[in-house]
Amino acid sequence: MYLFATIAILIAMCCAVARAVVGPNIFDRMLAANTIGSLAVLLLVCFGFLMGRPEWLDIALTYGLLNTAATLTVLKYYRHGDLSVDADHEKGADDAG
Amino acid sequence: MEILVDAVLLTLLVVITLAILFQRNLFAVVLLAGAYSFLMASIMLVLDAVDVAMTEAAVGAGISTALFLATLYLTHGKEYLQPNFKFQSILVVVLAGGMLIWGMWDMPEFGVMQAPLHENTAPGYLDASKNHLMPPNVVTAVLADYRSFDTLGETTVIFTAGIGVLLILRGRKKPKKSKNKAENSHET
Repeated sequence: MYLFATIAILIAMCCAVARAVVGPNIFDRMLAANTIGSLAVLLLVCFGFLMGRPEWLDIALTYGLLNTAATLTVLKYYRHGDLSVDADHEKGADDAG
Repeated sequence: MEILVDAVLLTLLVVITLAILFQRNLFAVVLLAGAYSFLMASIMLVLDAVDVAMTEAAVGAGISTALFLATLYLTHGKEYLQPNFKFQSILVVVLAGGMLIWGMWDMPEFGVMQAPLHENTAPGYLDASKNHLMPPNVVTAVLADYRSFDTLGETTVIFTAGIGVLLILRGRKKPKKSKNKAENSHET
């Protein structure tokens, strides 16, 4: 079962990489990069169970956190064009506007 | 099974690398580089080097993305084509690559048990880490215990580099602050 799951994840990874390479839009690429990160986490879990190393589940959790942080960083840059923007200040500006 | 996973992941790495080379929009390059390091981390996991994979994912996908984006904010997000073909840079790249390949000839074949590394160094560490009650992961024991001063030196180098980067980024901040103040005064 883990074998088929691993193969399916690899095929899905190929699709995501194709979208990342072809995708004309920046959001296509961002979504593809995020998907590749999530698929890497899934591959890690499946391959760990396949090879009899279920401890890798803990490492997969850390990977998921890193993936989220990277995507949030990119999104913040895209919205503000700057990483050191104060979010509270933006909230106040939104309320005022 | 391992070979199949390795083959697929390495092929995807080649595809992404070519895409990075031919991409001119640097924002897209940063995104593709993040995908690259996640694929690279997966390959290192399949090769059973969990600690290296963790470093690759943290540095490549996490910190590098943030640093590249901060750099893009300071520069422009578009790479301009070099009009003239630079012969010297091609020569340097070919020479460096040739030297690396030349140095590879002396290395033992991949995965051979008779390599000097597996016969002399590794068994000593495997035995000693059990006797000295080190962490169960031998790689961690070697990195953090037997070669701890080496690791401390590496950390010092990385810390120094981080201070340098912070100083460079801090130096450019001053005109931005006055602009923020102007915006605030405009709002009030």
